Amino acid sequence: MQNNYVTFKIPSLSINESFARSAVAAFCSILNPTIGEINDIKTAVSEAVTNAVIHGYENTVGEIEISCRIKGQVVEIIIEDFGCGIIDVNKAKEPLFTTKPELERSGMGFAVMESYMDEVVVLSEKDVGTKIVMRKKISEK
Amino acid sequence: MNIEFIESGQALTIRLKGELDHHTADESRVLIDEKINEGKFNKIVIDFKGLDFIDSSGIGFVIGRYKLIRKRNGSVEIINAGKKVRKILDMSGIGKIIEIK
Repeated sequence: MQNNYVTFKIPSLSINESFARSAVAAFCSILNPTIGEINDIKTAVSEAVTNAVIHGYENTVGEIEISCRIKGQVVEIIIEDFGCGIIDVNKAKEPLFTTKPELERSGMGFAVMESYMDEVVVLSEKDVGTKIVMRKKISEK
Repeated sequence: MNIEFIESGQALTIRLKGELDHHTADESRVLIDEKINEGKFNKIVIDFKGLDFIDSSGIGFVIGRYKLIRKRNGSVEIINAGKKVRKILDMSGIGKIIEIK
């Protein structure tokens, strides 16, 4: 498989969460993933984009950049916002930790990403933004 | 997201069709809580048969309805959880407080 990629930007509106995960899933379909693999990717993307909408930009609207790259059988997905950043990434990653329980956030976002993808790297800086890099190997058929 | 209510005595079944994420959970919650707050029900059955997608916002959504009905000493039950739904429900440990059928 040749090196292949796609990049797109969306405003951080919750209605775009569905488009973002579907677009990434459609791109990844080149690798002929199983239904389970596609669902894992869709769910992980949804978690990352939702985080950017709710936490990255809080009550404002900013831009979310989504890049997806295929390297051999590996899909690399980068979801980046330019919002408030995460002060303590390790704390944010703790299962059930949430800064917004009043919004019925379960605090499971990062735990889902880590469980559904092979690798998740979170880079964040206060008032600069958050970049989530996720990788998953798609089984060869 | 399409929501259908089926009332049977003190039980309210909520059939969800479509995708349950942060966006649709926020929308659906208002409608569903209005129904629950009528005060007639002590059991909520959430039917996930028509659900094509769920993420952790869906877990927050279920826990939210659970907390609301618990105030009336009621319970929540989940039915028709398919493979995708089951995966995230199992991960969340929600089965400890909510019956999943």
